[in-house]
Amino acid sequence: MSFILFIEQVLNGIQFGVMLFLMAAGLTLIFGVMGLINLAHGSLYMVGAFAAAAVAKLTGSFLLALVASLGAAAAAGALVELLVIRRLYDRDHLDQVLATFALILIFSEGTRWIFGSFPLFLDVPELLSGPVTLPGGIQYPLYRLTLIMIGLAVAAGLFLLISRTRIGIRIRAGENDREMIAALGVDISKLYTVIFALGAALAGFSGALVGAIQSVQVGMGEPVLILAFVVIVIGGIGSIKGALIAAILVGLTDTLGRFLLPVFFNTFMASSDATTVGSALASMLIYILMAGVLLFKPSGLFGEKQG
Amino acid sequence: MKKFKSMLLLAAASTVALSSPMLASAQDGTLKVGMITTLSGGGAGLGIDVRDGFMLAVKAAGNDRMEVVIEDDQRKPDIAVQLADRMIQSDKVDVLTGIIWSNLAMAVVPSTTAQGKFYLSPNAGPSALAGKGCHENYFNVAWQNDNLHEAAGAYSNDAGYKKAFILAPNYPAGHDALTGYKRFYKGEIAGELFTKLGQKDYASEIAQIRASGADSVFFFLPGGMGISFLKQYSGSGVDLPVVGPAFSFDQGILQAVGEAAMGVKNTSQWNKDIENPANETFVAAFQAEYGRLPSLYASQGYDTANLLLSAMDKADVNDADAFRTALEAADFDSVRGDFSFGSNHHPIQDIYVREVIKEGDVYTNKIIAVGLKHHADAYAVECKM
Repeated sequence: MSFILFIEQVLNGIQFGVMLFLMAAGLTLIFGVMGLINLAHGSLYMVGAFAAAAVAKLTGSFLLALVASLGAAAAAGALVELLVIRRLYDRDHLDQVLATFALILIFSEGTRWIFGSFPLFLDVPELLSGPVTLPGGIQYPLYRLTLIMIGLAVAAGLFLLISRTRIGIRIRAGENDREMIAALGVDISKLYTVIFALGAALAGFSGALVGAIQSVQVGMGEPVLILAFVVIVIGGIGSIKGALIAAILVGLTDTLGRFLLPVFFNTFMASSDATTVGSALASMLIYILMAGVLLFKPSGLFGEKQG
Repeated sequence: MKKFKSMLLLAAASTVALSSPMLASAQDGTLKVGMITTLSGGGAGLGIDVRDGFMLAVKAAGNDRMEVVIEDDQRKPDIAVQLADRMIQSDKVDVLTGIIWSNLAMAVVPSTTAQGKFYLSPNAGPSALAGKGCHENYFNVAWQNDNLHEAAGAYSNDAGYKKAFILAPNYPAGHDALTGYKRFYKGEIAGELFTKLGQKDYASEIAQIRASGADSVFFFLPGGMGISFLKQYSGSGVDLPVVGPAFSFDQGILQAVGEAAMGVKNTSQWNKDIENPANETFVAAFQAEYGRLPSLYASQGYDTANLLLSAMDKADVNDADAFRTALEAADFDSVRGDFSFGSNHHPIQDIYVREVIKEGDVYTNKIIAVGLKHHADAYAVECKM
């Protein structure tokens, strides 16, 4: 195992982490501000990817595809909030889970109805394809490097939005005391729609970005959704900072675990056994991380104290 | 829409048949087929192809004595088991078919054959059902799971690869894949990895391939996993030759992989350019009916239906022994050309090496060599019927 390989894996972990962050940021805002468990967040990720693939096919432009993913996911999010989610704020979590699970099925079959059952094509733009050589002779795909930059830029933008703008103040106020902010004359339902659309847009955006190097197909959002939930639980519900740190932590744990555990077991086991045991344990690693964090910090790394 | 309409008709037809008094008797030679396959969720493309291939053959034969009931298993073993029970007990089907995934097949096939019904597999071929768990009423019309990987191993030898990096998902079919590859591949293994089932990001694995000093890569990553791997691999700057089974290069997903798949060698028991009249008819008819190129899954569904039709012409399903003998004879024009059953009711067939090419705007495959001739599976010796 060389040093270069290790650095490359760290970069992979960070890249995986920042993309998870885009998903988790919306989820944690929605959960934190509105107290809503949104299982359909993965469907919005899928909507973004499909919109991007369709627009890329039509226009050939990746940039337009990204714009489309933001627009389509935000529109889908706003629509869903107005039609369905709005009725769920006062219900208990079980009702929310049931209704948003139904939304997953509706989105999945609806997407299949429009686009068919076969995966769509969405590729990395020509400009960003291929590897670049980083200092130290590390070859790394340019597109993944771009993803890291975009992810960090979005994170910085979100911080500014939450800490410096009027809407950010309202979001923070909404997290602290929903009734009070409504009593102060803020149109809380409009605020909710905006937050939901913002979260949806971020999910759709990451769907399109990741869709270009993975597959754009029905059901692509659900595995990511589970990881995003792990991230917001580790980071502390409602905390953007927590989501960022937890996402990178999860990304690094998963990537390095998959890479290092088989190597570790290989030091005292036969090669193929080590591979089997190592990869089995690696797939559990982030859940072990989550359990460990919750043991010492029951409300997550940056979560508010319960009560 | 046409497809949907014909499904509706079919559903209506089966309802009518159910509600009308059972006039059908043992002598009139009708056959009721229950098809359990994946029509929704992420793996639906495969089930839809098997169904469409199957129904194309039924329609072409114009045989109104065969009745087909189709249900969606949603890729869930428990649902597949419920559907099988219902089809056997209340729909009174004679033959079950359609299952795509090995884990679902393992849940359904043993109980089906134990109840004296026939099962014809159009796709899944787990080793457990080919060896000790074989059954006289179980026929596999596709392949035993290891077969295509074995051919990939054989091809690697022919291509002169000496140091292969191999990877597959960590589940039974993934283990079968690497075992199958290694059974025929004679070179050295530069690295061996099991990935998480459903994993979509292969940056870590690709980095290890780069660092391993391998001269070739063999991977078995069906469906969306393969799309992701190939796209990321082609953007990584690693340019080692790649070999794999047809499951990551079938007609349904090649368009989604695009340029990244060009030139990749993959192994398959079927391709649209195999020259025989049955195949030419099939490819043309499939395109005319559904407006897309058939995949290997569609060819397997088509062959399954034709095998069944050929047996119907020879024997009545109520005479199980005669019907079984008729199935064993495999007296139908397979789109693969030569096709026969081994002692464990699994195919003996040629397995080809294909290369991904572009025809106009469509990515597809072209046969470049025969990987293994008259290939049977390794488990037949363990099968005692």
